[in-house]
Amino acid sequence: MSVTVPRPKLNWRERLYLPAIVAGLAITFKHFKNMLLGRTKVTMQYPEQKWDSSLPDYYRGAPALVRDEDGRVRCVACQLCEFICPPRAIKIIPDEIPSNDRFAKVEKYPEEFDIDMIRCIFCGMCEEVCPEQAIFLRKDYAITGFTRAEMVHHKEKLLEIGGVMHGVVLKWNEKK
Amino acid sequence: MDSFLIITSLLKIVAILFLILSMVSYAVYAERRVSAFIQDRLGPNRVGPAGLFQPIADMFKLLLKEDFTPRNVNTFYYWLAPCLAVMPAIITIAVVPFGSTLFGVPMVIADVNVGILFVFAIASLGVYGIVLAGWASNSKYPFLGGIRSSSQMISYELSLGLAVIPIFLLVGNLRLTSVVRYQIEHGWFIAPFIGDWTNPWKWLLTIPMIISFIVFAIAIFAETNRLPFDLPEAEQELAGGYNTEYSSMKFALFFLGEYAAMITGSAIMVTLFFGGWHFPGIPDGSRGWVFGLINIAVFFAKVAALIFVFMWVRWTLPRFRYDQLMRLGWLFFFEIALVNIFIVAAILSLAH
Ligand code: SF4
Ligand code: SF4
Repeated sequence: MSVTVPRPKLNWRERLYLPAIVAGLAITFKHFKNMLLGRTKVTMQYPEQKWDSSLPDYYRGAPALVRDEDGRVRCVACQLCEFICPPRAIKIIPDEIPSNDRFAKVEKYPEEFDIDMIRCIFCGMCEEVCPEQAIFLRKDYAITGFTRAEMVHHKEKLLEIGGVMHGVVLKWNEKK
Repeated sequence: MDSFLIITSLLKIVAILFLILSMVSYAVYAERRVSAFIQDRLGPNRVGPAGLFQPIADMFKLLLKEDFTPRNVNTFYYWLAPCLAVMPAIITIAVVPFGSTLFGVPMVIADVNVGILFVFAIASLGVYGIVLAGWASNSKYPFLGGIRSSSQMISYELSLGLAVIPIFLLVGNLRLTSVVRYQIEHGWFIAPFIGDWTNPWKWLLTIPMIISFIVFAIAIFAETNRLPFDLPEAEQELAGGYNTEYSSMKFALFFLGEYAAMITGSAIMVTLFFGGWHFPGIPDGSRGWVFGLINIAVFFAKVAALIFVFMWVRWTLPRFRYDQLMRLGWLFFFEIALVNIFIVAAILSLAH
């Protein structure tokens, strides 16, 4: 069933069209004037002013590896994140921990851990899937570089962004 | 004497050309800033203090861009069109008096006795640039833009011409300097009662003069393809209109043409309705070169104010539908302007 919406009947003032134009001009001029006098403040002047302090806790920035309280890289090179990462941004080369090491029972560690930041879509799947709570999305967002190679975050860079994380995964500590 | 005339004319031409071209590039900057402010944004504010060097950066960007000529265009007309779009607007400024006198030299490049006719004759050439661009591009959207533009310009040229007739009924000749002279003696045409408060005929004359001004201003909007009449370049409908197939500096020339037309349009409006370079209480250049310079400054300040109005309107009103535009032009403004002439003629004959 079709519905016919009746055209509103305009009175002579509305049909003259000019009062509406003047009213519109008054509105835009008010905005112009308020901007000119600095009364409206909406734009953040990005490189000088930053939003960093107001970033919410759930903000998803660059993914990074973290160390635990003992300084051990938490990642055990299980490669689950490499598997889950939708754009295949992560590349891990695992290696074995020598038997004389303090954490020998962990067995595996990432010899190389690269995240290609050109590919990463900041989805947070790696963080979600990691059984060791070793990878987290941090609040870094201004990731730039002049070459593609520069845009690949290697293990050192990832650890530098990540820092130390105190948390619940203590199963590799000696006392257990 | 003759060589003096030639040298001063050349100087005036160079100065005005320089002034107009820099005004054009700064009009683009102003447009971006004004539109930004109206929309609660900031606009370009990075290049130089408050973004004032933005036009220079823009120019370099446009010059360095690839100048691409599509394969199926008619090359000759394709190249000719951008030039034709800029030229008429700049040529018309030649007859507009932009100041009184400076060191005894009248501040108008060519004080021809057909003043306003010259303006209309040249300004209407502007449509050729757009039509040629639309046709030579050999592409359907530019073609539609060109067609729209030509019909729009033809329709509004009528009301444009008719709207100024009342002024020339009063002045008695077509010279633009005499229009300014007349306004200095009898008050600006937008408010003809000034200086002659007791004369009821002058008050009566105000009504047709304001009508005339409104019709003229709206027709100028239509002639310069500015919103709300920018149908030839309606981005949403025509993917940019007549300039779709153009790139780099050729595209920029269309842009400059639009702004140059806006500046000349404002200059003509100032001359016809706002007393040209005259400002109450400021004597003309015969009293000393300082006043000559002030007169020029007054003229360009008025032009700048009108340009602001152009921009203000653009960022306020939505675009007309095409049939509404045609109806408005042919059924309202044409008639209003025509009746207006008779009203002024009646007032004049009764007043004498
Ligand atoms: S955030 Fe998403 S895209 Fe980026 S590395 Fe983790 S899983 Fe891959
Ligand atoms: S999922 Fe966690 S532990 Fe496994 S490889 Fe990735 S970061 Fe390392």
